Amino acid sequence: MRIGVYVCHCGGNISDVVDVKKVNAVAEQEPEVAFVRDAEHMCSEDGQKLICDDVLEQNLDRVVVASCSPLFHENTFMKTVAKAGINPYLFEMANLREQCSWAHPSKAAATRKAEDLVKMAIAKCRLDVPLARQALPIGRDVLIVGGGIAGIQAALDLADAGFQVTLVEREPAIGGKMVMLSKTFPTEDCATCIIGPKLADVSQHPNIRLLTYAEVEEVSGYLGNFTVKVRRKARYVDWEKCVACGTCAGKCPTKVPDEFNQGLSQRKAIYLHNPIAVPHKYLIDGLVCRRLKQDGNACGVCEKLCAQKAINFADQDETIEIRADTIIGAMGFDLFDATLKPVYNFGHANVITALQLERIIATGSSGPPLRAVGNRVAFIQCVGSRDEQINRENCSRICCMYATKLAQLLLRIDPTRDITIFYTDLRAYGKGFEEYYKRAQKAGIQYIRGRVAEVQPDPEGRTLWITVEDTLSREIIESEYDLVVLSAGLVPARATDRISELLKLAKSPDGFLQEAHPKFRPVDTLVDGVFIAGCVQGPKDIPDTVSQASAAAARAIRLMNKGVYETEPVKAFVHEERCDGCGQCVTVCPVRAISTGKQKAQINQALCKGCGICIGSCPTEALDLHFYTTQQLEAQIEKALEGKSAAEPRLLIFADNVCTYRLADNLGTGRLSYPAETRIIRIPSSARISPQLMLYAFHKGADAIFLGECDHKASPYTGSVDAIERNLTVARWVLEEEGVSPERIRFSELLASLLTDFYKNVTSLVKLAKKEAEPITPEQRERLGERAKGPLPEVREGAVIHG
Amino acid sequence: MVRKIKLQAKNREFCRKISELSGEVVMLCEQCGTCAGSCPMSAEMDITPSQMIRLVQLGQEAVLENKTFWVCASCYTCTVRCPRGIDPAKVAEALRQVKLRQAIDYIQIDEISSEEAKKLPSVALVAAFRKMTG
Amino acid sequence: MIQIPYYPGCTLKNKASNFETSALAAARALGLELVELPRWNCCGAVFSLSSDDLMRHIAPTNIFLRVQEMNRDHLVEDEYRLVTFCSMCFNVLRRTNQRLRESLEDRNKINDFSYLETETYQGRVEIVHLLELLRSMGWDKIQERVHKPLTGLKVAPYYGCMLLRPKDVGIDDPERPTIQEELLRSLGAEPVDFPLKLRCCGSYQTVPDKDLVANLAYDILSRAQKAGAEAITTSCPLCAFNLDFRQKEIQEKYPMFLPIPVFYFSQLMAIAFGLPQEVFGLAGHYANPKTLLATKGYLQATSPLEGGEG
Repeated sequence: MRIGVYVCHCGGNISDVVDVKKVNAVAEQEPEVAFVRDAEHMCSEDGQKLICDDVLEQNLDRVVVASCSPLFHENTFMKTVAKAGINPYLFEMANLREQCSWAHPSKAAATRKAEDLVKMAIAKCRLDVPLARQALPIGRDVLIVGGGIAGIQAALDLADAGFQVTLVEREPAIGGKMVMLSKTFPTEDCATCIIGPKLADVSQHPNIRLLTYAEVEEVSGYLGNFTVKVRRKARYVDWEKCVACGTCAGKCPTKVPDEFNQGLSQRKAIYLHNPIAVPHKYLIDGLVCRRLKQDGNACGVCEKLCAQKAINFADQDETIEIRADTIIGAMGFDLFDATLKPVYNFGHANVITALQLERIIATGSSGPPLRAVGNRVAFIQCVGSRDEQINRENCSRICCMYATKLAQLLLRIDPTRDITIFYTDLRAYGKGFEEYYKRAQKAGIQYIRGRVAEVQPDPEGRTLWITVEDTLSREIIESEYDLVVLSAGLVPARATDRISELLKLAKSPDGFLQEAHPKFRPVDTLVDGVFIAGCVQGPKDIPDTVSQASAAAARAIRLMNKGVYETEPVKAFVHEERCDGCGQCVTVCPVRAISTGKQKAQINQALCKGCGICIGSCPTEALDLHFYTTQQLEAQIEKALEGKSAAEPRLLIFADNVCTYRLADNLGTGRLSYPAETRIIRIPSSARISPQLMLYAFHKGADAIFLGECDHKASPYTGSVDAIERNLTVARWVLEEEGVSPERIRFSELLASLLTDFYKNVTSLVKLAKKEAEPITPEQRERLGERAKGPLPEVREGAVIHG
Repeated sequence: MVRKIKLQAKNREFCRKISELSGEVVMLCEQCGTCAGSCPMSAEMDITPSQMIRLVQLGQEAVLENKTFWVCASCYTCTVRCPRGIDPAKVAEALRQVKLRQAIDYIQIDEISSEEAKKLPSVALVAAFRKMTG
Repeated sequence: MIQIPYYPGCTLKNKASNFETSALAAARALGLELVELPRWNCCGAVFSLSSDDLMRHIAPTNIFLRVQEMNRDHLVEDEYRLVTFCSMCFNVLRRTNQRLRESLEDRNKINDFSYLETETYQGRVEIVHLLELLRSMGWDKIQERVHKPLTGLKVAPYYGCMLLRPKDVGIDDPERPTIQEELLRSLGAEPVDFPLKLRCCGSYQTVPDKDLVANLAYDILSRAQKAGAEAITTSCPLCAFNLDFRQKEIQEKYPMFLPIPVFYFSQLMAIAFGLPQEVFGLAGHYANPKTLLATKGYLQATSPLEGGEG
């Protein structure tokens, strides 16, 4: 083995504080190091060329660069090294800048730390094995769940790009909520007019298989290999034969409230979902049809009348199996149930929701009105949004604008109307929104800033009384209206819970589906190959929904277009001889990548995210993680503590790659100095650190340990925090048994922004190590080394169990 | 009468004191007016409950001269409706306490007529004295 | 007979004695012996809302300690529920209990300073309002005890504030409560819903400003009347005073106002259970309840139709 070590001056950023020559000297002494050099800027083209040249001339087979944070240039150097012909996983970095020269102004202390950091990197590098990014095949099949405008847009983008789309929609027809709307803000386009062509395109596209009146029942597999079971519900009408003449519905004796018209009218048991339904086919509601509910002889009028002989009472639900390479979730939203706010009296005849008003206006132009609207109309904003009392804290984003739109439409129909919008804030943030709002004010719509307290029925008639404070004039207003319209907010569609569980998708605190990263990956999820788009991710209007839909399609194409995709090779693997098939790993894996076949743990390499939670939870240390093997961690721990005197306290920090490592870097970037007695070890998740490793660290000389992990709400690895706490409990238990203060290990959930939190934890732990706790005796350290070899107690259901 | 005010450190201090005494994060109030619209006593007040909170947010000690928090009946309707989860009744109590702890009573016991004193149930007298005298 | 500790509160011993009489009798008829707390003190009527006040939580804590003593002295057996009728007392007691249960620090401080007490309080007592007790028994059990169903009596149940607010203390949903309606139905009466049943009656403001209370009470009562109510029920002596006795001030201000009797819910229970007329407590009213009750046939002809100044 011939390792090349490069120590970067970083233009003085490192060399002004750290004595680079000393670091070189230490590196030269390390085993397997064949060549050491320092340079001004390793990341520059010159620097990179240096590496390539040296690899050839000096016959190097591994490289260590001691410079800035790997979060900065790791990818750059990995590419450089690969160009020089070395497997990129034989490359290591030592962070001498953000976590050394920038954080520790004392030259002596910084140099000492730099020496240790380089030794740690070399030790890890020595134990690296070449890892290959696997190229897995991926096809061109996409499953889209949800046939609203988001699903439709994504389907068309993908189909036009030559991919095969299956679009599954729960309702008998596609179009979602948009097809219910009258006109859209701020342009007042007719909703059905603009979506109509898209509906037709979807139904006719050769690359789109449309499955309506169908629901996703089961999902298994992973990116490039999903198997989905879809239940196509029985419709009792042969859609191949039905010509939608409507004769059947004309004579059907059963009437029920029409859901499409939000209960304002009735439909028959045999019905067309909506006037422009695509597919334009009739179906029978099996829950109310007399023939289907009672015996086989009741009614049957539709069957008798149908000239196409399309009625089929023997129809059954059908399960269809679909394979997909990627999936897009676009399940949309439901309107908040206004009965949950009794103060607004929803249930009174003259209190309606905005969606009901949409139907009234939409149908009003082409037929008799669904109901009267009256002259004095009030809109109440923020119903079901921004409300801690009902646990719906989010703003629903579109209500201010849709109320403004509905108010203007009502005025246009009858200019004598007196319309008031009671709002808390008027959110007109989008393109053309503020101008549209101004037009509404100009048209005479009264905007009153006050959150309505009560809607009470008039004792004498059918009108309603609103009580509200006009916060701008500070008067209490009591006012009478013919109609009260509740601007109800958006909640996640009722299918969301079920489907998110099937797809293993996380939810945000507000109940909508969580994106992989709020800024840079707004349509990705943490499940590779599954994307989300539209209101299922959070409330938004049509332009934003369409943007997200096209984005999701593009992200899917990005994965599928080359026919192969590369996996990260940092995955968990099993030392089979140590595995006893106990199955602890199976339960803790956040993506369910582990199964116990043949009494041994088996890890699905495609699903595994390389977090390491399973490893920390294995009682027999049978699991390990590529690139962060137990051997490598032990080597890093050893080197971090090597040569330390009893008077020098050492705090070992295990920093998770997502948050804590970043946080430590941020401290350096902000030049916030913290004790130089700290040595940071980087892992994907602190859950990787088993209690055995913690004890080993104390055995080797650590005086305190700090584990940092992403706050559970922000963590991509579900359950990591719980796993860490279990490991912590075991380690602390053993420490206490051996007479060492358990306070020497601390854990904190962090976010990259919590600088003071991290700083306080680190400084107080070093203080503890220095003065407050009884020093750990050499005998205790020996004992802890023995204990680290196991077996250790386990934590089950919160209790510590021995044996 | 329109006033011009300067916002200074002492204003922040008054707001902080009321927040501490009431146990409520007064700065969370977004001035939506739900409390005022819900308050059964608002018609008898000189400023609305939400305006009272606004003045506390701005640290205006002059709010202590208003009638509003004395007219409050502690009915907690605002408490169960505030969309930010604030308890305005506690803020009103804090303002009352600032006055009462300076031995400034709102009602004078000897001003209650003997006829009323005979009629009033003890719960009314005890409650009134607890809320409006020191 | 199930024996449960019972806290009356001051007003039930003087102005609202009819509440106590009717409620104790109705409870007994249901197999509940409500045993009065020995050495009880005033609860303070209102819960102190300041974050730093512990002093005013001592009085209720003493009341909880009496419950412990009742158990210790075998006046009740292993019974740490404390029943109360007055909404104001209920609210103070339950809120204080909640605060003590939640804060070990506050509990310790109060216990430390209560050095004349022989025991400490650790949150063992559970405050129960009589309506909650009835609901937990099951309305069918209540209905079984009815001898004279109050058929055709249109009653508007009035809740006021202290029974329902704040949310974590209330005995029912703070915006759509049904507990009194369920009781009335089990008694055979016809509950009348009206929008102001949760509106505050003015509470202690009746001391400095009876005009304010007159306005509020007028709104509440007339709205109930518009909805068809012939009578009002309540659970609070302060509400009863404001809605009943302040009808004098209402009539002075609003001459068109028609008096409407205000009952404690327990009085209607006593009537429906067919208990002796003495326990109905009809003498403690302002708006005369006897005319209404006599018309409906709930009163024996022996007692004259007087009582009440209204």
